[in-house]
Amino acid sequence: MTSPADFLPGIFSLPVYLMNKITLPEPMSETPLLEMRGISKSFPGVKALNDVNIALFPGRVTALIGENGAGKSTLVKILTGIYESDEGEIQVDGKPVVFANAQDAIDFGVTAIHQETVLFDELSVAENIFLGHAPKTRLGLVDWKAVNARALALLHSLESNIDPRVRLKDLSIAQRHLVAIARALSVDARIVIMDEPTAALSRKEVDDLFQIVKRLKAQGKAILFISHKFDEVYEIADHYVVFRDGKAVGSGVLAGVGQDEIVKLMVGRSIEHAFPKVDIPLGETVLSVENYTHPTEFRDISFALRKGEIFGIYGLVGAGRSEICQSLFGVTKPSGGTLKLAGKEIIIGSPSDAIKAGIVYVPEERGRHGAVLQLPIYQNISLPSLTRTSRSGFLRAAEEFALARKYAERFDLRAAALSVPVGTLSGGNQQKVVIGKWLATQPTILILDEPTKGIDIGSKAAVHAFISELASDGLSIIMVSSELPEILGMSDRVLVMREGLSAGIFERSHLNAETLVRAATGNA
Amino acid sequence: MIRQLFKFREMLLVIIIAILLAVFSARSPGFAAPGNLANIFNDTSILIILALGQMTVILTKSIDLSVAANVAFTGMAVGMLNAAHPELPLVLIVIVALCIGAVLGAINGIFVWKLNIPSIVVTLGTLTIYRGMAFVLSGGAWVNAHQMTAPFLQTPRQLFLGLPILGWTAIVIVAVMYLVMSRTFLGRAIYASGGNPTAAVYAGIDVGRTRFFAFVISGTLAGLCGYLWVSRYAVAYVDIAAGFELDTVAACVIGGISTLGGIGSVAGAVLGALFLGVIKNALPVINISPFAQMAISGSVIIAAVIFNARQERRRGRIILRDRGASEQIEVAA
Repeated sequence: MTSPADFLPGIFSLPVYLMNKITLPEPMSETPLLEMRGISKSFPGVKALNDVNIALFPGRVTALIGENGAGKSTLVKILTGIYESDEGEIQVDGKPVVFANAQDAIDFGVTAIHQETVLFDELSVAENIFLGHAPKTRLGLVDWKAVNARALALLHSLESNIDPRVRLKDLSIAQRHLVAIARALSVDARIVIMDEPTAALSRKEVDDLFQIVKRLKAQGKAILFISHKFDEVYEIADHYVVFRDGKAVGSGVLAGVGQDEIVKLMVGRSIEHAFPKVDIPLGETVLSVENYTHPTEFRDISFALRKGEIFGIYGLVGAGRSEICQSLFGVTKPSGGTLKLAGKEIIIGSPSDAIKAGIVYVPEERGRHGAVLQLPIYQNISLPSLTRTSRSGFLRAAEEFALARKYAERFDLRAAALSVPVGTLSGGNQQKVVIGKWLATQPTILILDEPTKGIDIGSKAAVHAFISELASDGLSIIMVSSELPEILGMSDRVLVMREGLSAGIFERSHLNAETLVRAATGNA
Repeated sequence: MIRQLFKFREMLLVIIIAILLAVFSARSPGFAAPGNLANIFNDTSILIILALGQMTVILTKSIDLSVAANVAFTGMAVGMLNAAHPELPLVLIVIVALCIGAVLGAINGIFVWKLNIPSIVVTLGTLTIYRGMAFVLSGGAWVNAHQMTAPFLQTPRQLFLGLPILGWTAIVIVAVMYLVMSRTFLGRAIYASGGNPTAAVYAGIDVGRTRFFAFVISGTLAGLCGYLWVSRYAVAYVDIAAGFELDTVAACVIGGISTLGGIGSVAGAVLGALFLGVIKNALPVINISPFAQMAISGSVIIAAVIFNARQERRRGRIILRDRGASEQIEVAA
């Protein structure tokens, strides 16, 4: 290990043991497994990372915290050999190394588990784990016995009883995650990077994941844990590093450091109102759902939605929350139950029926489901409203532009012109287009599926304020969310779902985290 | 931005075509004379019309391999109809051709829409079926020039302002397709369905139905070309236009229509077809064999695909630098 003494001229040299005592503030005696020093990386016009130092220690979880665009992904890409840094060096076990490509990083024991795990549905679990580095027989053929045996051993070490021979598509999301972790560990990883591993997981699955993380810690692996969620960070991490605008603005031992302090580091200011829910008097019932049933996804769901209400739907991933919303929007067809809109029974057979009835759905994956990237902004905004802006099948560009201009102004959309393709906009501006295009249909009921998924903490508050504002404008909102604070902070009432069934509807006055989690997981 | 890029790449095609014309006329004076250019355009008319049909289908993330078989069947049908009932007016025959073509296109469309079968499989099947039907219909016999009526054969050759009616037909179709693609609900739905099918569904667009109509458009235009082809070559037989479906796809690819759907323009398809037309007409003039022509067309297609791919990649950067920094105007302002 390099001590600060090495950097001082000889005459000032103190005995090394003293030097260490004086100048190393961190109470860690261990040697870092991996250290990044003075790492900088620029892209045309942007300095993505600026003189960043990070140390990862064996058996420790280091949380990397920062808003979107703070440089977290760039750092991960440098660590995994996808990018090369412009300046600085990486040391493994105190020796400088160069990660020229992804294989180099793997050879030095660095592995990453990404937000969206890349696995193959049609291959078996074992094949997924060993794809690209399967054990070979003497003839150079794949040694299937060894593949399956080693996969089984790996899964056992993660205390899972998944059969390595089943095909991946037959597994649940949480099990797939486990396979992804097993794959990461199959290359004898010593340094494991987890890039927002919990983004798609429900609370119970997160708990399972954390068990695995603890096991990895016990095995002496160094873990870099990237997450937006503070509760998780506090639960699992030992150390923290906060990034802001490509710089590491703070780091150290997490214990004893308050959440406010970290938020301040992240945003450079403190956020006071995380959930600016405005209490407004609720109006008449707008939509009533009675005994709504789907052949496979949900059964006997009933609730009523009132004007100005924010109605939360909470549950584990796979509990049928999104499926209900999709069927209210006409994407999938229910097999039973009735829908009443303002007291009148209606049938919604397609999304265009729903849009006509004033119901719109802002999907969870706004990138994939939201915008047609090749089309210009104004055409995207007018897309769900085309029946209004066209006459007998002919489009009216002037009306489309007027509509687009109105919503672009409302959301302060920043673009060179309304005729540029949505694909050229930044992520935030794309989101504005997607929200704008739904509001442009002038709906009465807005269904939001995970409205703040993957959004950093600063922007979250803005989204929540906006949802609140929409409700006070008289819109009724159904909000599906996996994030408890969001559900608790924003909802007037909450429907909790468990395995496709209703586990109860809770009034705002009775909302607390424990009740909801119990209802969702079935732990009485 | 896409519009500007398209203008750029369309201009590029125009320039390349102009350079080709200049080179060829240097080798063979008179090649670029107005009369000869009108000839080349006239000669390419059928390809232009078919390429526009193919374009609508490709834009929806599909492909129509049955266009040439459709041309053969419809051409055979109207040729036999004309031979059997010479008293029928030409207008009626053209309407019959359009209807037969539309029905054949609708058959493709129904399979893609209602049974959710990939279009490449459906049209690969109907490609054989339609040509087989042409054989069954005719029993393998030819309909020759002397069996067809004069209006049937001569009308597309009538000159109007120096260009035959055939050429004018292509110009009218180009105009109509431009209107459909840029000014109608269907046109927008076609771009959206190909650009991001899921987002289109969520926006209330019936993607399957849109694809169905794209196939109907392609089929209708193929039906029209069935008549035009038979009248132009004054003969109908089972193997007419064999393999021509690939020329239509080639014209689209050269014209910058993305095979992944959602990107492309009428102007691009027309220029792509014209490019192939110029090559086809010019190479014999400078004594290059038809086999070399095929190799040249093939190389151009691959070059066009490479060019498209690079263009796609470059797009992001161009925007970041120029648009993002210097030209950003706040829409809100």
